[in-house]
Amino acid sequence: MPILQYLAQQTINALCLGSIYALVAIGLAMVFGILRLINFAHGDMMMVACYVAFFLAATGLSFAPLVVLTIVAAALLGILTERVAYRPVRGAPDVVMLLTSLAVSIFIENVFIMVISPVPRSFRAVSPPFFDTVHKWAGVSISNINLITIVATLVLFILLLIFVTRTRVGVSMRALSEDLLAANLVGINLDRVIIAAFAVGSAMAGVAGILWAARLGKIDPLMGFIPLLKAFVAAVIGGFGSLAGAVLGAYVLGFAEIFLIGFLPPVLSSYRDAFVFLLLILVLLVRPHGILGSSEREKV
Amino acid sequence: MLELQSVSVSYGSIRALREVSLSVREGELVTLIGSNGAGKSTCLLAISGVLHPQRGRILYQGEDITRASPFEIVRRGISQSPEGRHVFARLTVAENLTLGAGPRRDRAGIERDRRWIFELFPVLQERLGQLAGTLSGGEQQMLAMARALMSRPKLLLLDEPSLGLAPLMVQTIFEVTRKVRAEGGTILLVEQNARQALEVADRGYVLETGQIILEGSAHELKHDEGVEKAYLGG
Repeated sequence: MPILQYLAQQTINALCLGSIYALVAIGLAMVFGILRLINFAHGDMMMVACYVAFFLAATGLSFAPLVVLTIVAAALLGILTERVAYRPVRGAPDVVMLLTSLAVSIFIENVFIMVISPVPRSFRAVSPPFFDTVHKWAGVSISNINLITIVATLVLFILLLIFVTRTRVGVSMRALSEDLLAANLVGINLDRVIIAAFAVGSAMAGVAGILWAARLGKIDPLMGFIPLLKAFVAAVIGGFGSLAGAVLGAYVLGFAEIFLIGFLPPVLSSYRDAFVFLLLILVLLVRPHGILGSSEREKV
Repeated sequence: MLELQSVSVSYGSIRALREVSLSVREGELVTLIGSNGAGKSTCLLAISGVLHPQRGRILYQGEDITRASPFEIVRRGISQSPEGRHVFARLTVAENLTLGAGPRRDRAGIERDRRWIFELFPVLQERLGQLAGTLSGGEQQMLAMARALMSRPKLLLLDEPSLGLAPLMVQTIFEVTRKVRAEGGTILLVEQNARQALEVADRGYVLETGQIILEGSAHELKHDEGVEKAYLGG
């Protein structure tokens, strides 16, 4: 394959991977930005969304309403975890919040392992056949799922941008992540903003879940862990807490991963994750707060 | 309108306020003066509900707001321009003002108050689209006051509005304080600049290491020997 086609092909792959990481990383960054909480259960929102989609598909529901219901379910689960697990420990030391989110994650995963089964399920029933249609153009092949991933992510970015700049709760969210005292003094309703952050973040993770599972073709109760880890790395590279940073970091990571696989000798390419984390370390050595990050701020 | 009854606030084992009692009547401009670390800001943060007193009560319009949340207190009509300005640096001036309008829903009223704010601080209108962090110190102070005024507070709390500003800017800030007061606003003003504060105030309290050591009309305090020595550089 000529080099240009090869580069174009890999760029498409990197964009897809980066998009999914970005969708997960946004929710992670949003919650961290306002609560200083690293939400380990965020990957499980993806997983639960996929199972919701799986069972809805079994009822014969068509794809579009299925996606809408799945997104709603993910948002509700995000709100539920906040209400039940995170609100009681709000303002507690970081370690307490961290352990709480780890507990929530382990709890959700084990409920699914016990109630449903640890055995992977096929996602084929959910993702419509046209997902796999491949278009060839000048030697570059792009499948519908790739196109949908890139376009859906772009649309969600635009919606997110409108949300954080044009809506009261979105502007309040940015204000809260910047200055807790001032947010209090202007009378921002913290509960409402925090609930919105969990709802929006989880909804995006739900979309990411469907896209991720559609590519892999299967789902299992622990499927959220790897994307969560990658999204976390992405958010840290970009500057943790910053939404723009999370998106930027996600694409940097996506490109790094895809091009490492492409250019490393085959012997080393199975160590790609090791190289990814090496990249993380290098970025943090140069810019301890990430590419777009600023120094520490107050937490709720 | 506002009454603190033997309010005590501690940070851990450090007592920042001891048995502080003070009151602000409707339409008054009351100043709280004292040196650095006397507990002035703590007092305002307790009124705003950001800190909760361990002992004592805070009454506002006859109701107990000691345990109310900051959000609830702004809704009741108390807003604060905090020490150190605390504008939202990465938000635009316009967004800062919108957030200041807080829980209000009366669009027409908000629009009217925006125009009023631009009359008080014409420079803010020119800076609407700019990020607040790029404003000068004086402009940020104006924005902090403007943001607090956007909620149409019945009681305005001003914490060190003149701190670190050039003399001309200090004049502007006190000028606006006077205007807000003249339009029927009630103000509790915390200041290190005691001379200026007593110039504009009706009454004053002197806070020292967390306790009120003196209170009286602004006129009395200005001519009090102790106050003159300690705070007016006389």
